[in-house]
Amino acid sequence: MTAEPLLEVRDLKVSFRTEDGIVRAVDGVSLSLAPGETLGIVGESGSGKSVTMMSVMRLIIDPNARFEGEVRYKGRDLMKLGQDQIRAVRGAGIAMIFQDPMTSLNPVYRVGWQIEEQIRAHEQISRQAAHARAIELLAAVGIPRPAERVNDYPHQFSGGMRQRVMIAMAVSCSPDILIADEPTTALDVTIQAQILNLIKKLRDDFGTAVVLITHDMGVVADIADRIAVMYAGRIIEQGSRRDVFYDARHPYTWGLLGSIARLDRPKPRRLTAIPGLPPSLLRLPPGCAFGPRCPHRFGLCDERPDLLDKAGDGHLDACHLDLRQKEDLRETTIHPELIEEAT
Amino acid sequence: MTDASAAPPAGPATPVGPTTPAGPAAATGPASAGATGNGQVLLRAEHVIKYFPVRQGVLLQREIARVHAVDDVSFELRAGETLGLVGESGCGKSTLARCIARLYPLTSGSVVFEGRDISRLSRRQLRPVRRDLQMVFQDPYASLNPRKRVGAVIADPLHIHHWGTREQIKKRVSELLELVGLSPEHVNRYPHEFSGGQRQRIGVARALAMHPRLIIADEPVSALDVSIRAQVINLLDDLQDELNLTYIFIAHDLGVVRHVSDRIAVMYLGKIVEISPAEELYQRPLHPYAEALWSAVPIPDPDLSEQRTQIVLEGDVPSPVAPPSGCRFHTRCRYATEICSQQEPELVEYGNQGHLAACHHPLNLTRAEA
Repeated sequence: MTAEPLLEVRDLKVSFRTEDGIVRAVDGVSLSLAPGETLGIVGESGSGKSVTMMSVMRLIIDPNARFEGEVRYKGRDLMKLGQDQIRAVRGAGIAMIFQDPMTSLNPVYRVGWQIEEQIRAHEQISRQAAHARAIELLAAVGIPRPAERVNDYPHQFSGGMRQRVMIAMAVSCSPDILIADEPTTALDVTIQAQILNLIKKLRDDFGTAVVLITHDMGVVADIADRIAVMYAGRIIEQGSRRDVFYDARHPYTWGLLGSIARLDRPKPRRLTAIPGLPPSLLRLPPGCAFGPRCPHRFGLCDERPDLLDKAGDGHLDACHLDLRQKEDLRETTIHPELIEEAT
Repeated sequence: MTDASAAPPAGPATPVGPTTPAGPAAATGPASAGATGNGQVLLRAEHVIKYFPVRQGVLLQREIARVHAVDDVSFELRAGETLGLVGESGCGKSTLARCIARLYPLTSGSVVFEGRDISRLSRRQLRPVRRDLQMVFQDPYASLNPRKRVGAVIADPLHIHHWGTREQIKKRVSELLELVGLSPEHVNRYPHEFSGGQRQRIGVARALAMHPRLIIADEPVSALDVSIRAQVINLLDDLQDELNLTYIFIAHDLGVVRHVSDRIAVMYLGKIVEISPAEELYQRPLHPYAEALWSAVPIPDPDLSEQRTQIVLEGDVPSPVAPPSGCRFHTRCRYATEICSQQEPELVEYGNQGHLAACHHPLNLTRAEA
């Protein structure tokens, strides 16, 4: 990393006290984000990807939640800020958009009013000026006839248009960081392509750093500079986009890549399924959390592997296999049939 | 063990006479061509139309408009094949599936299943049909009764059809659990004790209980996590081979649809705009909408993803209450010309492999076809 990180998460741990025991939702996550960089966080439901970013924004207000670790943003530890101070960071410094644009907008206010409210909360600006800015923003996110639509209510927008409104609201105070939590999961592929292009355009125009949380490897393939793969509350692999797609070093990543039904390849007879289920966060297995589902498990896996940069090339993984073994096992795990056919 | 598919229909005899479709006349002929299933025609949809009324007023609910959910759809399905249905939300794919399963009454048109028109049957007459035609739903959390044990959920269809004795039912339920990859010991658990993928397996077991011939799966894997999705798809694949099932498979994940389907129908605003053998459709889409859909799918490969030129469709799907004139896609189509807004294109066959498209300016034509 050349530039000073804009955001740095150090050993973040989030746990929830529940009736059944302690749920370790995030279990020691460290991340950094450079200015203008796009980080993709990939994982399944329950892997801790949303909780990590919600914690960064300090959006989890739950008496049963416990936080440990540091979140450094512009030299300050966000975890130690008071409510008033964090409120100044949200929106103006770090903004967030969510999966479901209907529930994130208030149905009883006009969308223009909701955007203006955010601008006026952070800036000393007249109502008229805020209104004009709202119209500009709606135009910037590609909403046709923004001067009319600014007076519409959320229900008068389609899903994709609502997500655009959310993005307009998120970028209204020119944040340094935009966190997008599954921004396209509820949308059709055609609309997903529109929204991803919009995020890319805003990123390039304003130099905003983006954290894109998704379960879909395809979504980050095009947009992310770096990718972190999460499983059971930890990052199990992290590297550049090319590292993760072409030189994946964790068996879980292999499984993820293999289980996608891809359009760009000949159709395999069977998809490579990862057997079993993700572990319960109440009772994580003692060793490697992926161990019980891993086809390459061996003796060492009873010990929990650390996220290490074994090759010294900035590509980290948490797996006990050595690099040579990984080279040999990777292709057979991702595409068992290619090997079958060759022999 | 009784085999439902071999048993004669138990319902009272119904006239199976030809019904005249009330829908607009369009060429149906070639829709049957090129079915990849080797078997007999199992299901034939003819000019299926489903409009939902939009009403206004309190006492006298006047119909002020109609949602054209499914608008004159015809296709054939052969035993043993899988037909994929794709399209954006609101294109009518789920409504079409529900019309075929007779969960909705049809506005007009007919559905011929196993040689018999089921579109006008009464509830009682439908019961034996439903043994052979089952559905698997999208949301495994909403489609299982949370207050019933899994054994009872799966045994429900057996009870409804007065199948077997208590002992036989018990045995059949554990068979079914095993068939879908669950342990027969789970029979006394409640749905909430299972994960999403396991619940979907329970939904599949319930659908299989009466030995159906056709399963309509409406987004069966969309609610599941990626690593679990492949498991359920492989399970559906295996079951098809083992039990000689026919599937109608609805999904918005085009990769999944291509993986499971023999043939694929692309729907847009209530109409089939292209229907073709699966591989052919991916290699040579004729309809601009199909081309745009494929190109919008993210490719999990950074280099390929950068190289390709994406066709991003502008805007949203128009309202099905007032669909555009002529070709319904013309408002978003980059090839549209004057004729597209005036004249509705018919579904016609290109080549001889059962590849049909409804477009005035089809793409990727061979010289012979052009």
